[in-house]
Amino acid sequence: MTKGFLPYIAKRLVGAIPTLLILATFVFFLLRFAPGGPFDGDRVFPKDVQAAIDARYGLNLPVWQQYLKWLSDVVLHFDFGESFHYVGRTVNEMISSSLPPSLLLGGLAMFFSVLIGIPLGVFAAWRQGTWMDSSAIFLAIAGVSLPSYLIASTLVLVFSLKFGWFPPALWEEPSSVVLPVITLGLRPLAITARLVRSSVIETLASDYIRTAHAKGLSVRAVLFRHALRNSLIPVVTVLGPLAASLVTGSFLVEMVFQIPGLGKHFVSAVLNRDYPMVMGVTLVYGVILIASNLAVDIACAMLDPRIRLEATEN
Amino acid sequence: MKKNFLQKFTKHRMAMASLIFLAVISVGATFAPTFTRQSYEVQNIDEKLETPNAQHWMGTDTLGRDLYSRIVYGARMSLAVGVLTALLSLSVGTLVGAVAGYRGGKTDSFLMRVVDLFYIFPSLLIAILLTVFFGRGFFGILVALSLTSWVTHARLVRNLVLQAKEMLYVESARALGVRSAAILFRHILPNIMGPIIVSLTFQIPTSIMSESFLSFIGLGLEPPYSSWGTLANEGFRAMKSFPHLILFPGTVLFVTLIAFNALGDGFRDVLDPVGKRDFGA
Repeated sequence: MTKGFLPYIAKRLVGAIPTLLILATFVFFLLRFAPGGPFDGDRVFPKDVQAAIDARYGLNLPVWQQYLKWLSDVVLHFDFGESFHYVGRTVNEMISSSLPPSLLLGGLAMFFSVLIGIPLGVFAAWRQGTWMDSSAIFLAIAGVSLPSYLIASTLVLVFSLKFGWFPPALWEEPSSVVLPVITLGLRPLAITARLVRSSVIETLASDYIRTAHAKGLSVRAVLFRHALRNSLIPVVTVLGPLAASLVTGSFLVEMVFQIPGLGKHFVSAVLNRDYPMVMGVTLVYGVILIASNLAVDIACAMLDPRIRLEATEN
Repeated sequence: MKKNFLQKFTKHRMAMASLIFLAVISVGATFAPTFTRQSYEVQNIDEKLETPNAQHWMGTDTLGRDLYSRIVYGARMSLAVGVLTALLSLSVGTLVGAVAGYRGGKTDSFLMRVVDLFYIFPSLLIAILLTVFFGRGFFGILVALSLTSWVTHARLVRNLVLQAKEMLYVESARALGVRSAAILFRHILPNIMGPIIVSLTFQIPTSIMSESFLSFIGLGLEPPYSSWGTLANEGFRAMKSFPHLILFPGTVLFVTLIAFNALGDGFRDVLDPVGKRDFGA
């Protein structure tokens, strides 16, 4: 079985190349034809200064030539160019310094949501139909209905401004991780809990669970050892979309908490029309999403031998 | 069938309460001038940054505008974006999904390629870029959010059509010589309407939330127009000294989103009990 994975992974990775190329092309032209430019400030430059700036950043070339140049730099030299906004800094170095905080934030939020979401869902399923179940359902609905800036502002108002337990922003000491992770993780937590609940309820109705109960196994053993394992597949399949929602959620969370991550850079780069930076971050996000979808498909195949990966079949 | 639906639905207390709540705010938004004492754009510098009082139930903002009026008028924008985006993306998604599922073959694989491509794109990221491209404003936001949300519906409808195609009623229609288009639109679509409505209901809060995100990062409507997201953004900046500026718009938005999600839950239990249509997934 492990033998089958490698060709499958290779095939998927090759398939990702055209996807990324289309994403890059689409975003490149969308940006160039969007109104506004990188150097449209309040100041109006004299014509020759403007021409010099354009020449310096290659903006005087036709758009398709700019595109080809950008593409060949990326493909041949893995060079994403120079930031238009932060003079003298390359996109490569900005991404490599802002990727770690974003990955840490996203990873911890994922961990937090699964760690609490799964037990909560199992618990709700076990107590199905009781008030405890309904409160868990309500919590899940509330969790997806809370915009992250509202979670953030409530947490900051209470835990940093009133009690002073955690710093209200920035990414400096270990304790500054807490509030952003909760903010980002709450929505995936709610989604996970809900899915685990409905999935476990379905599993609990099956014959082998009745057998396990009849054998006299403890409730905990039945729930966590027997029911949960078979209920995990639908949960794993949403981890892909969950990773995506963590990525999109990170824009706001990073902005609100002033975390120097990819999301914050992306938003300011779009607003400043910092073309090379936008392109760089877009591609990094694309790679993260493709990789997490691939990881999910592999995890599903490992959890359930009945699921076959496409490439292993022939 | 209809009676059955009503009976089941009215038993769902949370969904009923949500429906009533949503009806109330929709009426409030539509007839905003009747329900507010002053218009949303009236500035009164002498009364700026007041905390809630008898004159201004929810206080005033940095320019002395009545926060309650701004929230009532903001509902127009937020609700309109939510409902219109959901309708637009659902129509496109349904059309693409239905044609792909029913025609099959090359049409299907081509359309699904496109769908998969959109599916892998980080949607809010693309929405941000599209808003920049189409310009800030109602139309730009509407197009940006619709273009990034139709794929989920296309996938759903395609699967539903694929299942329905195997059903006896479709086979008999075909045997009777009914044209393909008529089978698809007059027979199959009405039969899979339940899950589509559920999906529509869950799309509305998702769109409202996305719009509020766009507004929050500064890509929303130009002042003095505002949505709940714009208000939350303004409130967030003044949060430390004047928490009421974010708590009121935020709470209204939160409760509205809960109501839409609970309504979707109710619809799902009644219209699509076997399906697993869900928010977030």
